[in-house]
Amino acid sequence: MIDDETVRHVARLARLRLSPDEEQVMREELSGILEHIDAIRAMDLDGVPPTTHVITLENVVRPDVPVSGLTRDEALREAAHATDEGFGVPRMD
Amino acid sequence: MSAYEPVIGVEIHVQLSTRTKMFCGCELSFGDPPNTHTCPVCLAHPGVLPVVNEEAVRRALLIGLALGCEIAPRSIFHRKNYFYPDLPKAYQISQFDIPICGRGEFRALREDGSELLVGITRAHLEEDAAKLTHAGGRRAGAAESVVDFNRGGTPLVEIVTEPDLRSPSDVALFLRQLRQTLLFLGVSDCSMEEGSMRADANVSIRPVGSHEYGTKTELKNMNSFRFLERGIEAEIARQEEIVGAGGRVSQETVHYEPDTGHITSLRSKEESHDYRYFPEPDLVPIAPDPAWVEELRAGLPELPLPLRRRMVGEMGLSAEDAEVLTEGPELVVYFLEAAALADPKACANWIRGELRAQLREAGVEPWQSKVTPAHVAALVGLLDAGTVTVPAAKEVMAEVIVSGEDPADVVESKGLGAMDEGDLAAVVAEIVAANPDQAQQLRDGKNKVIGFFVGQTMKRTGGRADPQSVQRLVREAVRGD
Amino acid sequence: MGLRDLTAAGQIAAVLAGETSSEELLDAHLAAIAADDVDAFLAVDAEGARARAREIDAMPERPPLAGVPIGIKDALSVRDVVTTAGSRMLEGFRPLYTATCVARLEAAGAVVVGKTNMDEFAMGSSTENSAFKNTLNPWDHGRVPGGSSGGSAAAVAERQVPWTLGSDTGGSIRQPAALCGIVGMKPTYGAVSRSGLIAFASSLDQVGPFARTVEDAALLLRHMVGRDPMDSTSLDWPGEIAAPTATDLSGMRVGVVDELMGDGIEPGVRAAVDAALGTIEELGGTVVPVSLPSALSGLATYYVLAPAECSANLARFDGVRYGPVAPAANLLDQYETTRGDLFGPEVKRRMMLGTFALASGYYDQYYGRAQRVRTLMVREFAQAFEKVDLLASPTSPTVAFPLGDRTADPYAMYMADVCTIPVSLAGLPAISIPCGLADGLPVGLQLAGPAFSENALLGAAHALEGALAFDTRPPGLVT
Ligand SMILES: [Zn+2]
Repeated sequence: MIDDETVRHVARLARLRLSPDEEQVMREELSGILEHIDAIRAMDLDGVPPTTHVITLENVVRPDVPVSGLTRDEALREAAHATDEGFGVPRMD
Repeated sequence: MSAYEPVIGVEIHVQLSTRTKMFCGCELSFGDPPNTHTCPVCLAHPGVLPVVNEEAVRRALLIGLALGCEIAPRSIFHRKNYFYPDLPKAYQISQFDIPICGRGEFRALREDGSELLVGITRAHLEEDAAKLTHAGGRRAGAAESVVDFNRGGTPLVEIVTEPDLRSPSDVALFLRQLRQTLLFLGVSDCSMEEGSMRADANVSIRPVGSHEYGTKTELKNMNSFRFLERGIEAEIARQEEIVGAGGRVSQETVHYEPDTGHITSLRSKEESHDYRYFPEPDLVPIAPDPAWVEELRAGLPELPLPLRRRMVGEMGLSAEDAEVLTEGPELVVYFLEAAALADPKACANWIRGELRAQLREAGVEPWQSKVTPAHVAALVGLLDAGTVTVPAAKEVMAEVIVSGEDPADVVESKGLGAMDEGDLAAVVAEIVAANPDQAQQLRDGKNKVIGFFVGQTMKRTGGRADPQSVQRLVREAVRGD
Repeated sequence: MGLRDLTAAGQIAAVLAGETSSEELLDAHLAAIAADDVDAFLAVDAEGARARAREIDAMPERPPLAGVPIGIKDALSVRDVVTTAGSRMLEGFRPLYTATCVARLEAAGAVVVGKTNMDEFAMGSSTENSAFKNTLNPWDHGRVPGGSSGGSAAAVAERQVPWTLGSDTGGSIRQPAALCGIVGMKPTYGAVSRSGLIAFASSLDQVGPFARTVEDAALLLRHMVGRDPMDSTSLDWPGEIAAPTATDLSGMRVGVVDELMGDGIEPGVRAAVDAALGTIEELGGTVVPVSLPSALSGLATYYVLAPAECSANLARFDGVRYGPVAPAANLLDQYETTRGDLFGPEVKRRMMLGTFALASGYYDQYYGRAQRVRTLMVREFAQAFEKVDLLASPTSPTVAFPLGDRTADPYAMYMADVCTIPVSLAGLPAISIPCGLADGLPVGLQLAGPAFSENALLGAAHALEGALAFDTRPPGLVT
């Protein structure tokens, strides 16, 4: 149903490192779950529109008025790699 | 003549100059210390939810209306998923299959008077990414980068054109005039240097006469119209070389190095993108009330192109006048106010010419000066009525610039009014009498000498004489001997 | 009768009558939490709670909730109080703001004593997916309390607090309420602000109350509902959540969902539910069979939509702005290692599933179709409510199962929500009340109604509760 390559591709998209063992288990489990899910692929859904929201709200907006936010100390408080001014991230290559 | 025709479409990101961000109440800023304009929402803390800024919607609609776009009766937001440190949620809230503004078109005017028609594919609302500062300046090899979330979440409108452009110069022309339109709408600062307007170009080439599209490359994020134009030129040349040598252009993102003029590939080793767009469940549809849309449409300012046509066609201005006066919304408003009160052509001349020249030293624009449009109109009126001479009018303007007084009052208090005919005739007669040699030369047909008399008269009258009248009176006086 | 045996309403009355104080109530409950043998709480903020209790005791006029203590599911953000959502990904994380529903309850005089255990990021039906510990079922310590809000349900059943908040995406309030023998309610989607609820599946998540009585659940809900400017999907609740007073069900038409009374339901559960349906008729209600043909596709639909949404909602956990981070050589490595190491297996499984369902080439087959099945579900419920006032079904197909029983088979675990998921997909309100025992373990009856029918649901549940007279005290619990 779902092959190793797909598992690796999806794991990369989701930025999840999986060990070879985890990959193997994931392939089996996802295949099993997808077998159940395939029930909806057999259903006749011609002409049925999709539902994103069960509520019928529209145009929920806020006025363009500033609200006070966080101080820099607060903003950086929970960051593991904060510098004096910002959030540190490692090299990108 | 090249055997290939370039096919170019552009994507323009415009930062809206609202007070607050797209989905939270943080104030927008430029140049403030890093990470001083954030909140849990724009830092994507667990549990936060976006709420749409109404003013951003209004401005997106204004842009759509000005570009003649179809306004979607009901548009929705999508999540565009990808990981990058400047994107704190790891998805950008954007619009996908139902943008707020659909198809439209934009007309630009070339210098030769021909029109450039550019199809607009769409214009949609989204949020800007934060700013990444790389220790080494460049991305590759930087040991550590630092993220500043001040800019993160700034409202953006992305305008996408059809691949209707056929030359780098047309691209630059289109972007300049689009920018002018956006400035007229007052929706954005549109500063390329500060990044509040950014353009990417999709470039491909095809054999002249062909109707199929070649493989396109995306030229990213140029920070000036000039560099974009040059970058597209360089990219076209690169593609022509590849195809000319029998090769194939590969679909990729490229970067133009202004210093060297070289094109480099930006993301060749990056995985292909799969943004996994899906409808944003945290937001509800935007369904602008049609009455509101009509109200916005009716309230649109007159846009540069129709305005220029009206200036030339109805007001008697030159094409050049029109172009200069429509360079920014403030100057246009200034001119139109003056032109409503006095002869438009004369107002245009005075504003473009003397007024700006006199203000240049102080580095002040007309609309920032003490000279109001009504002052300009009054001065033009005084000239028209012969109340002041041109040289005197320039003096009056200098005085109004300093004092902000009414021109008529300045004429009065400084005694700058044109002399009446009788007094002037007497002065001329005196000067002719005092210079018999020159008078004789004039009688002998040496017309150049008239300049001498005019100059002497102007000197004597302190510029209050009308040079045309002086010439006439000199000839009468000489003949009358 | 000890203070802990009082319902929340009873505790409020005692405070207002001057018989006790908020601080005394707090002490009684903190002592119970300290002696906790079911591991319901992840964090206790005794100091903060005491300060607040004293503040309330000093008020000349007590706020409506009179300083009665409450436990909060760890999925809800409480400023400066460690909030982990049961994940190592948020170990030690102190939020910078408080969830709207919690802030509203605090303003109404509730005293937050701590954060309750849960399945990591609310993904699970047994609380065994908590990264920190298992919570035990108060009725049988060898069994699960249900999930994902297992800590909140167990804390109420153990009378460590009279009420708690949970969150329900596919059954995470109703199912643990059923397994722990208490009342749990999922309100209409949009009734309670989600601001501050750490998102699992945004189009399904709702916060709701756990309590031992329907009256308490109503009281708590009353102070939570209403439009919040911070949540674009929140709604003004029409009117007010009333104190339920009904004692009969005369004139009420109750539909029994055929598809949810079939083979998958344990005989003991079915027997208890059947008996409750009998009680409904004794109370003057009419019980009629109703069919929701898509109900059994609910599980499959849910396991596309919820993972898809969660794959995006949990993408923000990257170690850059908060939470622990794995040492890494470069950015990609930091992302993959942090997320690979710190997310538990169920969270990874669902993120993989959701990422797959949205990926190019699969979207239409999975996500697109699931959204359309959801439309069918919404329509079928609407049609059912043309014929009946409420729908009844078991809350869970089984009673509490033994710890470790289903951890090896993800889909078997997913089946725990088969009865609760259809209602979630339709965004409707539903309540689970204990309706009897099977093999000495509680069975829950789920009642669901149309959008904003909370008052009718609470009323019916109240009438049934009175007639069923279920004893919520687990065997051996000493108060
Ligand atoms: Zn913000």
